[in-house]
Amino acid sequence: MSRLAHLIKKEFTQVRRDPAVLRLILIAPIMQLVLFGYAASNDVRNVPVAICDQDNSADSRQLAEEISQSRYFHLTPMAGDPRALEGLLLRGTVQIGLHVPRDFHRTLERGQTAQVGMYVDGTDSNNATVAAAYLTGLLRARGVSLAERSARAAGRRGVTMPGIRSEPRVWYNQDLKSVNFMVPGVFAMILLVLTVNLASLAIVRERETGTLEQLLVTPLRARELLIGKTVPFALMAMFDAGIIFLLARGWFHVPFRGSMALLFGMALVFLLHSLGLGLVISALARTQQEAQLTAFMVVMPNILLSGFMYPVENMPVVIQYVTYLIPLRYFLQIVRGIFLRGVGVEVLWPQMAMLVGFGVVTFAIGALAFRKRL
Amino acid sequence: MSGDLAVQVRGLRKAFEDVVAVDGLDLEVGTGEIMGLVGPDGAGKTTTLRMLCGILLPDAGEVRVAGHDAVRDPEEVKARIGYVPQRFSLHRDLTVNENIAYLADLYTVPPGTWTARREELLEITQMAPFRDRLAAALSGGMRQKLSLICALIHRPQVLLLDEPTTGVDPLSRRDFWQILYDLPRQGVTMLLCTPYMDEAARCNRVAFLHQGQILRQDTPAALRESIHSRIFEVRCRPQHLAREMLKRLPLVEGVEVFGDRLHVTLRPEAAPAEAWRALREAGVGELAPREVEPSLEDVFVAMGGEVENRKSEVGNGEDGESGGTGVSPILPSGEPPPPRTGETPVPPGGK
Ligand SMILES: Nc1ncnc2c1ncn2[C@@H]1O[C@H](COP(=O)(O)OP(=O)(O)OP(=O)(O)O)[C@@H](O)[C@H]1O
Ligand SMILES: [Mg+2]
Repeated sequence: MSRLAHLIKKEFTQVRRDPAVLRLILIAPIMQLVLFGYAASNDVRNVPVAICDQDNSADSRQLAEEISQSRYFHLTPMAGDPRALEGLLLRGTVQIGLHVPRDFHRTLERGQTAQVGMYVDGTDSNNATVAAAYLTGLLRARGVSLAERSARAAGRRGVTMPGIRSEPRVWYNQDLKSVNFMVPGVFAMILLVLTVNLASLAIVRERETGTLEQLLVTPLRARELLIGKTVPFALMAMFDAGIIFLLARGWFHVPFRGSMALLFGMALVFLLHSLGLGLVISALARTQQEAQLTAFMVVMPNILLSGFMYPVENMPVVIQYVTYLIPLRYFLQIVRGIFLRGVGVEVLWPQMAMLVGFGVVTFAIGALAFRKRL
Repeated sequence: MSGDLAVQVRGLRKAFEDVVAVDGLDLEVGTGEIMGLVGPDGAGKTTTLRMLCGILLPDAGEVRVAGHDAVRDPEEVKARIGYVPQRFSLHRDLTVNENIAYLADLYTVPPGTWTARREELLEITQMAPFRDRLAAALSGGMRQKLSLICALIHRPQVLLLDEPTTGVDPLSRRDFWQILYDLPRQGVTMLLCTPYMDEAARCNRVAFLHQGQILRQDTPAALRESIHSRIFEVRCRPQHLAREMLKRLPLVEGVEVFGDRLHVTLRPEAAPAEAWRALREAGVGELAPREVEPSLEDVFVAMGGEVENRKSEVGNGEDGESGGTGVSPILPSGEPPPPRTGETPVPPGGK
């Protein structure tokens, strides 16, 4: 037991003397937070929207009124003909065109779901996606209240729940602030980036500097070596997770509605996966440079496909299937779920089960790749 | 008998993708013995030591070190040996003290025991003033001494040293050997790879390794006696002319320059006077030949020459009779076979 403790102590002594690693641990998380919390903000402001209102009912006019009130949208002069919307979009005059059909009011009154056509300019796909998501959220909220009113008017008591058809994409981030979406994402992403990078260097660094030969010749068991090489990184990652959590609450005022124990417990499960990944890279790479490049090549698609920046629902269907293989995807859903929706195991258990499965399998592969021979 | 053997290797073999690094090696080292392993670059010395340590898996063969099987129970072997790798293998970003403490703890030496041992070793190696210096800031010789200290901190039974004094100045090398000489008295067995013939001469026995096989192993004295060629030290002028002349004479095996002297190796059957006469006739003056005892270096050079000869013979004959088993002695015909390796001499102070 004491030799394991000493191995861990040695790793910390070395980290303390290595400016590059110190930077990675202390400065990188803060930089990522600032970058994604402020600079890469997905908040949309004054997106030009045109509405072609063929219904011209009280309901449709109120809808237009609400859109124009919102600080996210700027309503441009209306087009009379739905085909004119296309021209506005093509010319870039508006980014979103909304078509309210003639039977909008009547459909709602019948207690059915009203269809609203939405045309989105996809050139700036990220901005358009977010804007469209916001608008859908607004439509949905509006639709529900309209439908409730009609239901009351018809003397029914909300047995059916009609509304305006939409994707409830942003419903848990009601104040529509992207910082609430991004900062919990950084919490998840930084754990992956940090541990894959550190663990991928764990063995190959000792191999390259020659110290592996001396380490292997000690009677240290492979199991102890494995623990000694991963626990320090897990501790450093949890330290960073703590810092990000405090900044998220204290600086970015991200709401936190769930259980802290669950959040950090799942972070540990996720570390099993990311450390295992790093160990596999470290065991297979021959040089530190090779390990770092491989780590980069593994981390990049993980982040892109996880839904960290772009919602998985907006990806092509084939790619959506691929994302099921990305554990970061499940971890992100868990982290955002705990932060913003305050849900726990009762809701998140499918994601948790997947994360535990991936964690155990990846770490086992990493442990197998880790032999005590040259 | 095997109870007294600290190292016992039989039929050891290891091939990498395209080279056979160790090719059917047999080796026995008695307890308390200092065994030297010499051979040209790439002979397979490092590969052999790594397999003895249990950190490299052999393709074939048996390896027993300190009473345990290095293939089946590598951890048992590791607990009982000390290893100084050829390449500096300690942490450069840790200090001298930290490196020692780190390894002592990995070997689970009780702290009360190793601190005393550390002081003792730092004292003999004269490393005490540098105990708080980062290993990266040590000179080459100091690094090697630190490696030795770390390899000795857990009092191993067998010490494996891979060219431990390469790049170390002569004075430090003397300190180094001061420590090594003390070890057999404590029952420590040593296997030492070295490119220095004066170091090989300090060993109880020396094995010559070539292309993964041991060509000869014996005591330094017996190896020197096995040289039948006669060696002369010649002062003469002009030296370069003499050298060119001698090289062309059929009775000369080799010529080496040692400062203002030449070392001339003559074939066993040659008459030395003939060579000197040829030189004088060519105009070389102030000739003062003096016969000298062959050194281990001469043995090494002679052995290399024999290997070269054998190669060309095999190449010419193309019958391949000496390929395969690889055990044919590389000795001139009429040479007695090398003494059996079991009869190890008792080291100074051994039991
Ligand atoms: N890991 C490896 N992969 C491929 N070939 C190797 C490896 N290690 C050693 N070799 C080859 O095996 C042969 C023996 O190498 P080894 O290092 O054992 O020689 P050595 O006697 O220690 O040489 P030196 O005196 O230069 O240290 C060499 O031809 C070397 O190129
Ligand atoms: Mg070597």
